[in-house]
Amino acid sequence: MGPEPTVELLIDRTRCVGHGSCAELLPELLTLDEWGYPSNPAGPVPAPLQRFARRAVGTCPVLALRLAEQPARR
Amino acid sequence: MTSTTSRHWAQTVPGSTALPRVLAGDGRRDLPGHLARHGQLPDVSGSALLDAVEAAGLSGRGGAGFPTARKWRAVASGAGPAVVVGNAAEGEPASSKDHVLLTTNPHLVLDGVQVAARAVGATRVVLYAEPDAETWAVLGEALREREDDRVELIAARHAFIAGEESAVVDAVSGGPGLPRAKPPRVFERGVDGRPTLVQNVETLAHAALVAHYGPGWFRALGTDDEPGTMLLTLHGGRGRTVAEAEIGTPLVDLVDLAGAQAVLIGGYHGTWVPADAARSARLSRASLGAVGATPGAGVVVPLPRGSCGVVETARVLVYLAAQSAGQCGPCLNGLPRIALVAEALAEGRATPRDLADLRRWAGLVQRRGACAHPDGTVRLLTSALEVFEPEVQRHLAGRCSARDHRPILDGRS
Ligand SMILES: Cc1cc2nc3c(=O)[nH]c(=O)nc-3n(C[C@H](O)[C@H](O)[C@H](O)COP(=O)(O)O)c2cc1C
Ligand code: SF4
Ligand code: SF4
Repeated sequence: MGPEPTVELLIDRTRCVGHGSCAELLPELLTLDEWGYPSNPAGPVPAPLQRFARRAVGTCPVLALRLAEQPARR
Repeated sequence: MTSTTSRHWAQTVPGSTALPRVLAGDGRRDLPGHLARHGQLPDVSGSALLDAVEAAGLSGRGGAGFPTARKWRAVASGAGPAVVVGNAAEGEPASSKDHVLLTTNPHLVLDGVQVAARAVGATRVVLYAEPDAETWAVLGEALREREDDRVELIAARHAFIAGEESAVVDAVSGGPGLPRAKPPRVFERGVDGRPTLVQNVETLAHAALVAHYGPGWFRALGTDDEPGTMLLTLHGGRGRTVAEAEIGTPLVDLVDLAGAQAVLIGGYHGTWVPADAARSARLSRASLGAVGATPGAGVVVPLPRGSCGVVETARVLVYLAAQSAGQCGPCLNGLPRIALVAEALAEGRATPRDLADLRRWAGLVQRRGACAHPDGTVRLLTSALEVFEPEVQRHLAGRCSARDHRPILDGRS
């Protein structure tokens, strides 16, 4: 593990309304399915993308995205 | 463990390999009957109880089989006073075991609630149960007999997902009883933001027996890795019975597989297993895992040769889609589409393209809900497409080989 803090992008599916603006900001990480809802790979956000991930979190109109400092426990 | 506790166990151990355990009784479900059978709970510390449950190797009987002591430790070490919720929602229509347990031995479950509360240091204790008249009357009477006004009785929503842990927490917190996003898991932040133990009532009853008789007694039945017994809802002959069986029991000793083509194991979120594989499988995570299944919450439904697995599965998928809480995009969009195409397939109206859609949607909804409802639904669908592959092909050609059209699996809620 590098010096960058490990962050994971979490989608609250109960909030997400398939608005899609997150995928526009962060196409490297988020893809939309055929109904317009985003998917992201499990695991940490690569360091170069963390800046964009933060921006995506900030622009989601329903606050469905957040960055968790450690990988989520399951 | 203190020597006092082991002395207590040594004195009172009943037949350690006798069955049933949690269903043991003589028809007396009142407090004097319970005390005559098991006595008072030993007066041992919460940490001794935690150690005993850990040494017993008890795991959850609500479906996921999670090690009970590990969950108790997480709750006990959480921030702030804990909440314990006994989960008797039993949302699964094919399961009756929690209802039978509660109405047969309510005091054993309440002992278990007490043990768990002591082990995790809970200051609030709730029993979340389906509010049918019998359960309510039995539990109300049992709590009166114990003069226990610490246990709150809260009515479970009548829905398949009502018993999902975060939905339970939502209901107990005064919400509508819908699942919520994780993390945080409920053991970290649950009811009113407090660490919360949501535990199936059967698990609690086993924990009570561990407290009464000790981990050695508990381990005298079951396998080394999966000790103890579990409750089952066994289907057959168009009826069902609830039974308690030792973990590791061959499935052929539990249900009649003579005329079966396949067996649904685990319930509506479970797995279809071909009858041949089922005939050599045992009731354990290890054995069923080898055929892609898990014991789940103990539902076993043999499918007779004359019935159609495609039709039975479609009926359940329609039910499961209707039970989506409709909160999460993939579940809201995917499950009804899956159900519609499965129904079309059952009725011989589906095309190979529809079948391709079905498989794609299965991939799209998995791991993309706030709860595991889509995953469980896909588990059933995927195993059906595999096990009933020849029948799926027949349906694509507009035919069905069923001779008996009476439903095996119920699509009602
Ligand atoms: C859709 C769904 C429905 C569930 N329904 C129940 C239920 O009715 N009763 C239950 O005990 N657990 C149910 N569970 C499992 C609970 O989330 C939880 O794991 C369980 O109550 C924990 O208890 P245990 O460790 O004693 O098994 C359900 C899970 C899911 C995903
Ligand atoms: S921007 Fe927010 S609401 Fe829109 S798709 Fe992304 S997470 Fe969902
Ligand atoms: S996954 Fe489905 S059932 Fe679970 S919370 Fe989301 S919408 Fe509800």
